[in-house]
Amino acid sequence: MSEVKKAATREGYGQGLVELGRQTDQFIVMDADLAAATKTGMFQKAFPDRFYNCGIAEQNMMSVAAGIAATGKTVFVSSFAMFAAGRAFEQVRNSIGYPHLNVKIGASHAGVSVGEDGATHQCCEDIALMRTIPGMTIINPADAVEAKAAVFKAMEIDGPVYMRFGRLAVPVIFDDDYTFEVGKGVELKPGSDVTIIATGLMVAEAVKAYDLLAAEGISARIINMATIKPIDEEIILKAAEETGAIVTAEEHSVIGGLGSAVCDVLAENLPVPVKKVGVQDTFGISGPALELLEYHHLTAPHIAAAAKEVLAKKK
Amino acid sequence: MDTVSKKNLQTEALKVRMGVIEGTYHAGSGHPGGSLSAADLLTYLYFYKMKVDPRNPQWEERDRLVLSKGHAAPALYAVLAEKGYFSGEEIPRLRKVGSMLQGHPDMKNIPGVDMSTGSLGQGISAACGMALSAKHFGDAFHVYTILGDGECEEGQVWEAAMFASHKKLDNLTAFVDLNHLQIDGTIEEVNSPLPLDEKFAAFGWHVLTIDGHDFDQIDAAVNEALSVKGKPTAIICNTVKGKGVSFMENVCGWHGVAPKQEEYEKAMAELQEKLAAMEA
Repeated sequence: MSEVKKAATREGYGQGLVELGRQTDQFIVMDADLAAATKTGMFQKAFPDRFYNCGIAEQNMMSVAAGIAATGKTVFVSSFAMFAAGRAFEQVRNSIGYPHLNVKIGASHAGVSVGEDGATHQCCEDIALMRTIPGMTIINPADAVEAKAAVFKAMEIDGPVYMRFGRLAVPVIFDDDYTFEVGKGVELKPGSDVTIIATGLMVAEAVKAYDLLAAEGISARIINMATIKPIDEEIILKAAEETGAIVTAEEHSVIGGLGSAVCDVLAENLPVPVKKVGVQDTFGISGPALELLEYHHLTAPHIAAAAKEVLAKKK
Repeated sequence: MDTVSKKNLQTEALKVRMGVIEGTYHAGSGHPGGSLSAADLLTYLYFYKMKVDPRNPQWEERDRLVLSKGHAAPALYAVLAEKGYFSGEEIPRLRKVGSMLQGHPDMKNIPGVDMSTGSLGQGISAACGMALSAKHFGDAFHVYTILGDGECEEGQVWEAAMFASHKKLDNLTAFVDLNHLQIDGTIEEVNSPLPLDEKFAAFGWHVLTIDGHDFDQIDAAVNEALSVKGKPTAIICNTVKGKGVSFMENVCGWHGVAPKQEEYEKAMAELQEKLAAMEA
């Protein structure tokens, strides 16, 4: 097999900001002393006069962004997911969410793939937190191409958007001509026995799991669910009806994330057996990202095992 | 300030105080004490200083007011109604289901409210954002914010203070309503943020200290703030919690308790009497 092209989704975010910046000057980008890491630094380099560093003060940054947006402008703000969604949760809820302002949060270094920095920096609860804010759009891109597209879509959306990016370079899945539609899941592989709904870096693992399952004669449908909120109910219910069993896969706590969002839809409409692959109810540890993904069972073989487990429960 | 303008402001401020009592009485809850201490500042801003148009609340060039101590909403609403942003008939509907007048300022549904506030510490940051936006996009408006003294115990206030001076936001003026009382007692007892003047100065602000109920002093301080270049100005306002209603003045208990019928009637009679004397 030839070399798989890899890029971190945060790279796509940085590129997206720069390209959007060439199209319009009606937005500001801010960061909280992590511009090099979140990749807003790429925008800073291209448009130094349109970038503001807020220093290590994420709570202030979120409310400042709200104030800018309250004057009718759009702001992209970035920090690590832990601090954007975690530390500044209440500012995001009250300053940004309640007045439904055009603040677009680019949260990088989400999940356990932050790696060596360990549990304090491995945010596995941001999707859960952001899902509870009325009117918040949540986008968790699978690759750098989708991440870049998300920036442009975020600019179009009226209201707050939470974009979740990773530190780790992950396989590029989509071609440059890929069209990302907010609120729509994408079927990457057709299948009839079981459906795997994945988000973020777990999408590439789900595609690998497809091959593992195919080798055992199991036909798995693979869906990329980049938009966690509003969730694509139609594609979930169609999958439940046609395949009768679902696995969700995310680099996030099994509490409150994609798995919970999918289960919310299924429980009220069409209950089928579900297995949630994700970070269990535990804090992370330090280590290289790829080893941590294995440690947390966030790899293709574990997704395939979950698929077989849920298949066995299927009526 | 000329005597006619001052008398006009004193008259308006009495009507605003009546609105505070009216609103909190009918709501059966709310924050009369801190609303009354900030009533003169709000009256001055909307009836004398700020470039605003009640017929066009979203006017892009308007000056902005962020009520960082959002619990003083009854005073802000009374000012906005008096100014004509909406009918005074809304005031007795404060905090009721179906009313646009939420317990804390809601910019989405209340004409004239520039920012949703209520969670302490966040308003001053939002005011910084508005001031930064004005500088960045070349707009000439000025941004005012009113902080509570107890609010200055929030860490975010000082994140914002650091930000405002570093970004040289001279189009931002922050008032601190220094009435010395917070819910659990005096600010000195609970967790004193004092000295506020030295703190703001240390954070790089131009600082003034005035009597927050004296329109001449307020006006002189604001004019000085508008002339200061390269840094934001903090105006520490010595105020009286419950100002204007004798039995509410300097009583901590009136922070978050509404007047009952007898108290309501007494307060309104007192204010009405002062208003009649003013208009005589």
